[in-house]
Amino acid sequence: MSASFKLTRRGFAGGLMLLGLGRAVRAQGFAGLGGEAGGFAPVLPGRPLTFPTDHGPHPEFRIEWWYLTANLTDANGAAYGAQWTLFRQAMAPGPQRDGWANQQIWMGHAAVTSAATHRYAEAFARGGVGQAGVTATPFRAWIDAWEMRGGEAMADTTLSPLDVAASAADFSYTLRLTAERPLVLQGDSGYSRKSERGQASYYYSQPFFAARGSISIDGKPIEVTGRAWMDREWSSQPLSSDQTGWDWFSLHLQSGEKLMLFRLRQADGRNYFAGNWIGLDGKSVQLSATAIEIRPTASTAIGERQLPTSWRIAIPERGLSIDTIPLNPSSWMGTSFPYWEGPIAFSGSQSGIGYLEMTGY
Amino acid sequence: MSRALWTLAVLLSHWRRHPMQLATLLVGLISATALWSGVQALNQQARASYDRAAATLGGARTAMLVGRDGESFSQHFFVDLRRAGWPVSPVVEGRIRIDGRSVRLLGIEPLSLPVEASSAPAIGTKGLQGFLLPPGQTLLAPETLAELKLSEGATPTTANGINLPPLTLQSQLAPGVLVVDIGAAQRLLEMPDRISRLLVGRAGKGTRAPLQTVTGDQLRLVEPDAETDLERLTDSFHLNLTAFGLLSFLVGLFIVNSAIGLAFEQRRPMLRTLRACGASARMLNTVMVLELTALALLAGLIGLVCGYVIAATLLPDVAASLRGLYGAQIPGELSLRPQWWFAGIAISVIGALAAASTSLLKAIRLPILIAAQPYAWQQAQHRWLLAQGAAALAVFAAGLGFLLFGDSLLSGFAVLAAILLGAALGLPAILGLVLFLGERTTRQPLARWFWADSRLQLSGLSLALMALLLALGVNVGVGTMVESFSRTFNGWLDGRLAAEIYLNAASDTQAAEIKAWLRPRPEVQAILPRGRAEVQIGGLPVEVIGFADHLTYRDNWPLLQSAAEVWDRVARGDGALVSEQLARRLNLRLGDRIEVPTGAGRWPLDVVAIYADYGNPKGQISVGFDALVAHFPGSAQTAFGLRVAPAQVPALVTALRDRFKLDNRSLADRSALKAESKRIFNRTFAVTAALNAFTLGIAGVALLTSLLTLSNSRLPQLAPLWAIGITRRRLALIELMKTLSVALITALLALPLGLLVAWCLIAVVNVKAFGWRLPFEIFPLQLLQLLGVAMLASLLAALPPILKLMRMQPAKLVKVFADER
Repeated sequence: MSASFKLTRRGFAGGLMLLGLGRAVRAQGFAGLGGEAGGFAPVLPGRPLTFPTDHGPHPEFRIEWWYLTANLTDANGAAYGAQWTLFRQAMAPGPQRDGWANQQIWMGHAAVTSAATHRYAEAFARGGVGQAGVTATPFRAWIDAWEMRGGEAMADTTLSPLDVAASAADFSYTLRLTAERPLVLQGDSGYSRKSERGQASYYYSQPFFAARGSISIDGKPIEVTGRAWMDREWSSQPLSSDQTGWDWFSLHLQSGEKLMLFRLRQADGRNYFAGNWIGLDGKSVQLSATAIEIRPTASTAIGERQLPTSWRIAIPERGLSIDTIPLNPSSWMGTSFPYWEGPIAFSGSQSGIGYLEMTGY
Repeated sequence: MSRALWTLAVLLSHWRRHPMQLATLLVGLISATALWSGVQALNQQARASYDRAAATLGGARTAMLVGRDGESFSQHFFVDLRRAGWPVSPVVEGRIRIDGRSVRLLGIEPLSLPVEASSAPAIGTKGLQGFLLPPGQTLLAPETLAELKLSEGATPTTANGINLPPLTLQSQLAPGVLVVDIGAAQRLLEMPDRISRLLVGRAGKGTRAPLQTVTGDQLRLVEPDAETDLERLTDSFHLNLTAFGLLSFLVGLFIVNSAIGLAFEQRRPMLRTLRACGASARMLNTVMVLELTALALLAGLIGLVCGYVIAATLLPDVAASLRGLYGAQIPGELSLRPQWWFAGIAISVIGALAAASTSLLKAIRLPILIAAQPYAWQQAQHRWLLAQGAAALAVFAAGLGFLLFGDSLLSGFAVLAAILLGAALGLPAILGLVLFLGERTTRQPLARWFWADSRLQLSGLSLALMALLLALGVNVGVGTMVESFSRTFNGWLDGRLAAEIYLNAASDTQAAEIKAWLRPRPEVQAILPRGRAEVQIGGLPVEVIGFADHLTYRDNWPLLQSAAEVWDRVARGDGALVSEQLARRLNLRLGDRIEVPTGAGRWPLDVVAIYADYGNPKGQISVGFDALVAHFPGSAQTAFGLRVAPAQVPALVTALRDRFKLDNRSLADRSALKAESKRIFNRTFAVTAALNAFTLGIAGVALLTSLLTLSNSRLPQLAPLWAIGITRRRLALIELMKTLSVALITALLALPLGLLVAWCLIAVVNVKAFGWRLPFEIFPLQLLQLLGVAMLASLLAALPPILKLMRMQPAKLVKVFADER
């Protein structure tokens, strides 16, 4: 597995590379995410998302993820981050086979971040036997002992309450997430375009979670509270073959509004911008590509890689101009298929907190 | 510096004048290095392949969860344990039949396979997707592919009619095993949703729930072993090889020691001259060490090449032995690591320096002018003999202690080592005593001189004689053991192979067809079905054999111990015959109860007899055929024996072969099976025989070089006798008699020593290593033969110096009185 191989945001690149699908990667975007979707269901505009069904897996699509990030603080005001992610990847299209013959592969990532340290772990599992999976009703997503479980009386429209837990050799956490406001559809009513050629995914979020629980680093428990953001996305070919990586932001503005932005980097040096502005009322408005200005301002060396860990973001039409800094510039996920994912804080016309993910570096 | 170079040149000129001596020195070093490194290479090769096997198994090196009774268990435990935080990975294991050949099949789950137990990286490079997705892959080692006589990509059909995924070469895999995805394995082995064991990874995933709360008492944790079963089983074999290697190494060093001693003796005047010319003792010594190191490097390199050749030559036999004795698969091609070369060179240099240490010490202390001090020397020798004798007694006492209080294989080898070392140390004292007694019993002057001078020679010869004693003793011991084994084995084979024809059908259907075809034939007197199941008892693999109640067994089967009504009780189904190995490992006696785990619970059986089962690495229990089928309904019942009138055997074999397309592996008559068994047996001991011969040969060379050394330094002793009128011919004859008599005494001493070694091998080492005890027999003819070989070797070794003496110019003898000393 060559070092030149990079991961995409939420792309199940890890699994793809593990599966040896990474052939001719450069020609097909990262790790085959830009590969042809032959045999899998296409992502088309105008498909209404329905809940709770869409909380569950969509095996007819090639890739899918349940992605949670949380910005937390302890009693003394120290900041922490937590990540819980479950990826699904289908090795082959067609009707689902039973038992070990099932063609789904699952991958889990979990991490906690503080200003001083960044801990992470990963897990792999095959579908069909129960080691990992997702059910829509009651809502549960799990891989090994890591779990995301809908609490009693979970509302399908809010995904609340939700209990999340993960543990590894040197960290663990349990969080309870609650939200009052309904889920938010990203892109155009849940249809999120990823390139000018029409690559897209289905994408919805719950950005309004309040989080409470405890994290533990090296056996020392810390009570924490904060905010969390859950993303759900599935697709069969989310990237164009000439896209090399992306930078993705989820921001909790001080005003209570939320902002999701991403920049897809293309091999020709140009970028594809997209984002949604989520108002206090929960209404999600798609931003036009020309309305988004994102550029790096400082970088951090991690190994032989240079990661742009500080950014300037401007949405002039919304009067937004902010600078972001990472809680821990070394929030490197050194998993089988590495990327950068960690909590950030920002200031400027608005202040707040959020999460940054960078892939393909 | 140039002075040192000149000194070196002068010292080296000695070898130019004595090329034979140089050759002897090199031969000693080369043979020491060659045998030692050859044996090391063999051990290394075998160990590497055990590691390979262990890695594929994900077996002993990884902690495991196994069923209470070693049986398979439901797959849901895997998921339950993963969900409770256990880093477990499921494995399904069993045997399948391909084209009549039984092969081990391993089903793995590559995603959860612990990194430390896995061949997953290797799978990964080939593409995990190819392994997981239909049609999947059957990974196998090149050796296995060749053995199956199939080509890559083939999809052979198993006996139950299911096709294997395409065969895919995987050179890192151990031979003799097929690896497929767990789902494919469950299908092939007809074990849906069952797993054989769970590997427990070392990498912690945080907290894990207590095992009890997840699986109740269904599973138990087996901690990883420091060494694998195979390593434990084969330890004795490798220890054996190492012991031989060490023995040859020491004997080789004896040669080096005497060759350097001789060179020193001859260079003494040269050294004195150099010292007198102003060369310092330190410089002389440094130059001599450098000279020796250079020679050792050269000899070490040649020795390594010879060692490689020896190892490569013996490897097929070693592999056959290990396969025959332990079922261990060793690839037939030698691959060596760089460490092996370094170790070989190092041991050559260190050995040479150690062997030369006495000579070098003498050179340091060499006074410029030295006078002969024979009487003082004899006094010193007396004290030395006493001290060595005392050491011998102490070593014997230690050996006795090991025998009485030790209970392991290692203590068995310690007893052996103590016997050999004690005997070697005690030899000079015993020889001294015998010669002293000889001297006391004679009055005639020349005879008295004969004995006294033999004693004087003793210290110079003792190392070579020790080598001879050890080589002979080990030869006698191993020879007696192998011969005892061979006779017992042959008698046992005759009893066990009582049926005339042995058959193994490819499937139960074919077995039924064959039986139906045989039944009406008049020449078939009886069809004796044989069933087989495999279980685990006390963590050991045990095969349960079902045999028919028939006179064939009642009349012929040789039992080591048996209770009353053995055969009736076995036929009733409540009694079992237990193999000697299993009885020893589980400490079972007649009348004890053994519980056999079956699919439907435990099956209690009384031990009604114990029988020998030579060469089987697994434990074995034999029960009535009907009882076996009742308790193991799924067991293979494809094997049977036929009683046929001997004259009709060839015709029936041909008919069976043609009718049912059976090959040599699945159809054999008694004589062919016996011949095959004996061939395997002989091959097993071929290595031992080869090493034996090597050792004896090296001991002969050691004796030769010692005598050459002595003959030179003994001129001052012989010249006076010549001067008082004893002819050179007579003198030579006396010298020959002296050598032969000490050699004869040594050889005679070697006989009881050898028998002691044989007893130790049979009664201690074999029992611990293999679990079987053989009757101890003495073979006088074999002993006489070895005695003859030893005397012949001594005669050959003694002849060159004697001939030299006979042809010596009188002037040289006269010269003794003129110069030197």
